Amino acid sequence: MNEIHAWLMVAVIALVTAGLRFLPFLIFSGGRKTPAIIERLGAVLPAAMMAMLVVYCLKGTSFATAEGWVPVLIGVAVTAGLHVWKRNTLLSIVGGTVCYMLLVQVVF
Amino acid sequence: MKHALKPAFLATLPVMTGYLVLGFGFGLVLLEAGGNLPLALAMSGFIYAGSMQYVAIDLLTGGATLLSAALMTLMVNARHLFYGVSMLEKYRDAGAAKPYLIFALTDETYSLVCQEPLPVPQEIRRAYCLLVSAFDHLWWVLGTALGAAAGTVLAINTEGVDFALTALFVTVMVEQWLTAEDRVPALIGVGASVLCLVLLGAADFLIPAMLLIALLLCLYTNGRAVKRHE
Repeated sequence: MNEIHAWLMVAVIALVTAGLRFLPFLIFSGGRKTPAIIERLGAVLPAAMMAMLVVYCLKGTSFATAEGWVPVLIGVAVTAGLHVWKRNTLLSIVGGTVCYMLLVQVVF
Repeated sequence: MKHALKPAFLATLPVMTGYLVLGFGFGLVLLEAGGNLPLALAMSGFIYAGSMQYVAIDLLTGGATLLSAALMTLMVNARHLFYGVSMLEKYRDAGAAKPYLIFALTDETYSLVCQEPLPVPQEIRRAYCLLVSAFDHLWWVLGTALGAAAGTVLAINTEGVDFALTALFVTVMVEQWLTAEDRVPALIGVGASVLCLVLLGAADFLIPAMLLIALLLCLYTNGRAVKRHE
């Protein structure tokens, strides 16, 4: 990890994030109405983004050997299963992660 | 301010649990990936966006360019635009605290301050929103500091702990799937991402996937709006 590049990247991410948070207040300060396309996209974007992030996290999965994909598959299944069962965010995350850690450290 | 302290603290207790655990995980994973304590604290203090910070670890270790980091942030955090849109009225007369209230509007803080009516009397609403925002921020930075400290001190085997990020996104996705009236946007997200991943490979798929998702969602919602008028 290059130290200067890392700090620059953190600054860029912080500025873009803050920009996104401030933008609506800057644009719509005069009480103008929100454009319809923003409202429509706002309703559907979160679900698609979350799906994209899951795929992003799993992009390194290798199907060449069992250890490349079996722990990931079981980890995701346990996380999703726990969540469907209990609907407790924290339990799902901790349960799935502990399960995955055990698989990669002990089993494979 | 004094009267808002207790209700604000109590309201943030569920967020405290989540932020301490996820912040801890973030600090731990960042140090595993070669980061240091000041970088971890700066990220949690100034970026203050949980899922983006986890993604940032990947960008940092993967040697991503500043431009792709900016684009990634735009896409991952675009939802904040919509939190802002729905808080315009409530924060209109927030006074000197307004910039901080806007900066600290995370998913979890939004879920507390967007409630209508707020669980406090009218005259302490502003202090309540400010304290809820500040407490949440504190829990996140505190969790990060503890995780980063644990990463430097403890010799625990953390292999696989970065799966917490995947688990977080899977959990949110499942929750959205179970509560959604319309599951097509999630399917568009999976379909477009997997398609781009298969066609372009792990290194280059992300930005095309984001653009394809935005395009398909525009077409999809546009078509739906047209249908409504027919």
